[in-house]
Amino acid sequence: MEPLERYRSIIDDFDAFLAACKRPLGNAVRVNTIKTSVERTLAALDEEGVGYEQADWNPRVLDLETDSPGSTWTSFHGFTHGQEEVSAVPPVVLDPQPGERVWDACAAPGGKATQLAALMDDRGTVVANDNNLGRISALRFNAERLGATSLAVTNADARNYSLKRFDFDAFDRTLVDAPCSCEGTIRKNPDALDNWSEGHISSVAGIQKGIIRRAIQATREGGTVVYSTCTFAPEENEAVVQHALETESCRVVDFDLGLEHSSGLTEWDGETYDSSLEKAARIYPHQNDTGGFFVAKLEVTA
Amino acid sequence: MSDERTNDGQQFDRLPATAAERTVEGRATREEVVDYFADRFGIPSATFDDYTFWEKGAGKIWIYAGDAPTPIEIEAIGMTCLRTRQEHWKPTTDFVQRFGRHASDCVITLEREQARRFATGEDQELDWDGDWGYLIAAHEIAGELEPIGIGLYVHGELRSMVPKGRQRDLDS
Repeated sequence: MEPLERYRSIIDDFDAFLAACKRPLGNAVRVNTIKTSVERTLAALDEEGVGYEQADWNPRVLDLETDSPGSTWTSFHGFTHGQEEVSAVPPVVLDPQPGERVWDACAAPGGKATQLAALMDDRGTVVANDNNLGRISALRFNAERLGATSLAVTNADARNYSLKRFDFDAFDRTLVDAPCSCEGTIRKNPDALDNWSEGHISSVAGIQKGIIRRAIQATREGGTVVYSTCTFAPEENEAVVQHALETESCRVVDFDLGLEHSSGLTEWDGETYDSSLEKAARIYPHQNDTGGFFVAKLEVTA
Repeated sequence: MSDERTNDGQQFDRLPATAAERTVEGRATREEVVDYFADRFGIPSATFDDYTFWEKGAGKIWIYAGDAPTPIEIEAIGMTCLRTRQEHWKPTTDFVQRFGRHASDCVITLEREQARRFATGEDQELDWDGDWGYLIAAHEIAGELEPIGIGLYVHGELRSMVPKGRQRDLDS
């Protein structure tokens, strides 16, 4: 937990934050509306005798009272998919519409990409990309199990992603759920901080900046880019969005979020960021009893 | 040089609409695929109006709802739905779970314990009055019939075709 000490000055009720980080997470699943409705999923869980609690902010997110959420009929039928509660936030913020062209730049293992497809009623095009071929097999497996027919899966480095393979030249919306130092997954992976170092943060931030820039370039004027990570480090969050503001045509925009959260930072470690970064959201584990997350919504302006 | 192209395992090619437009030997046509689902399982042809069908590798057919030019070299396009280029075409379990609810024929309804065994990949002896061959196995869940996967019915036995990675031990 020691690396997290650097956030003492920016997190309210830091002791509650640390205590939450030490508690394991429950078994969250997302209802896959490509396969069936929320109502029928709940009825199926009732039939199986599996208890659940629906998230206040999103009726499609459930906390299951079982030790083996993968061994339920609802999972077998692809009615549910194991996905952490905060991990269901970025697709909702991106708000894709049926028929649109959407890019998930770092998509494996596919929880968010299939959620995007579900939000689009599985109509339109979700390009689910990942640079890691090994993780793409997990993405494909999940996409098929969940019945997503609107996914096109590609294996490329998002930083220099080419649209030439398709017959369109821009996306309507793009999700950059960036590879990160994963500090916010400490409740799920107790060893998440084992290899923590400022050097690692700095190198991964370089990759994140490359991906967010390409995402903005590949999205049409007026389109939306959502940038998210599961980490607390401002170097990987606000600083990356700040870099995008300085180098690409975009602005940070407001969004509604039904979860308790804190505003994005406008200064950290001697650096200052654009005041619009306050519109970004930092979700801390003690606020909603979830993992940690960062989300910023950008509008492409040229 | 011949116009006749061969199947290229590295790329996805959209299926030709009909045999008259076929340029790759042995490739199924969209019409044949849609007719197969209608003839064998009673799935209305209109179910697939907004989808395209693609082949990659010998006989593996994919169903896709999005935009893409043909041919295209990517990792996956929609989901696998059917294996052709063999005597008996074989739908995938994931396709059956996604589209099988539109079927009216060759659907075998399993009781609770039979469904559980099917999901684990077990073969079982069962009575079935209809055609032999590939059937959609389904069971009642939350008040409606829900397809579980594809089975092969021969000689009084229903063989579960649920792929290993999809098989599960379900308690209830």
